[in-house]
Amino acid sequence: MSIEDKVIKIIAEKLDVDPVEIVPGASLIDDLGADSLDLVELVMTMEEEFDIEISDDDTKDLVTVKNAIDYIIGHL
Amino acid sequence: MPDQIKRTVVVTGGSRGIGRAICLVFANPDTRIFFNYSRSEEDARQTEEVVSQAGGYASGLQIDVSSLTDVARFFKTILDETGRVDILVNNAGIARDALIVRMSEADWDAVLNTNLKGTFNCTKLAAKAMLKQRYGRIINITSVVGVSGNPGQANYVASKAGIIGLTKSVARELATRNITVNAVAPGYIETEMTNKLSDKAKSEMVGLVPAGRAGKPSEVADVVEFLASEKASYITGQVIHVSGGMYI
Repeated sequence: MSIEDKVIKIIAEKLDVDPVEIVPGASLIDDLGADSLDLVELVMTMEEEFDIEISDDDTKDLVTVKNAIDYIIGHL
Repeated sequence: MPDQIKRTVVVTGGSRGIGRAICLVFANPDTRIFFNYSRSEEDARQTEEVVSQAGGYASGLQIDVSSLTDVARFFKTILDETGRVDILVNNAGIARDALIVRMSEADWDAVLNTNLKGTFNCTKLAAKAMLKQRYGRIINITSVVGVSGNPGQANYVASKAGIIGLTKSVARELATRNITVNAVAPGYIETEMTNKLSDKAKSEMVGLVPAGRAGKPSEVADVVEFLASEKASYITGQVIHVSGGMYI
């Protein structure tokens, strides 16, 4: 499974949304319905899945699905 | 240790007094209890012993709750062993009483660091595990004086009032994830902490209690047990006083 697919799978599971809605430009909060605690959980899951650490500062930049995918690819 | 551990309980300050009584109510073959202690290893071993005699399994580790590094190590040990934290009881507390004009900065810092920051540190680490589990019970031991105020205890009272604020905020944060956060406010309970009071102070304290007697650590522990149980699944963000009516 590609990084992109893995991230989409995590988002789909955590936010309980249909994977087809998880397009690169979708905003995690505005389009996919995440609240602040969902974002914290998303970050925690991605940290574990990809064995990386995402700082609180960086978390603020993870606005869209593409942001999240790019971040993971850039920090592996 | 039994094979079938279903529940992991963490109690801070579990070596003596109310903390030991709390460990004891969770003594059960399917429950793994971890507690920390700050100084007395002998007391910690005694808590392990009484829990074991009651059919449970508890381990005491020397951990400074005011240090986030220490607390992170504590939780890593726990998670490495059982992979869960179902119940956290933030009980560790110290007192360094003095009137405000006589209270040293060191006394203020020591009490706030152990009581309030210690509760923050443990709650932060436990919440992470509980979020993943989609289940958790956090019970913070505050004090009746955290609500009423008490002369000579500005540091202690501030820390206990702070714990109430922390309880209410975290309860709101975690409620959707099946994690409840409550506080228990003991009044005058017979422990080593209150044994240090003079006889005159003790009788004055009892005079403030409508029930006319000091409470027992087990009477506090029973309420903690209830809040940790399924029977309390719809209670969160509350402060339950266990004080013989000392504050009504």
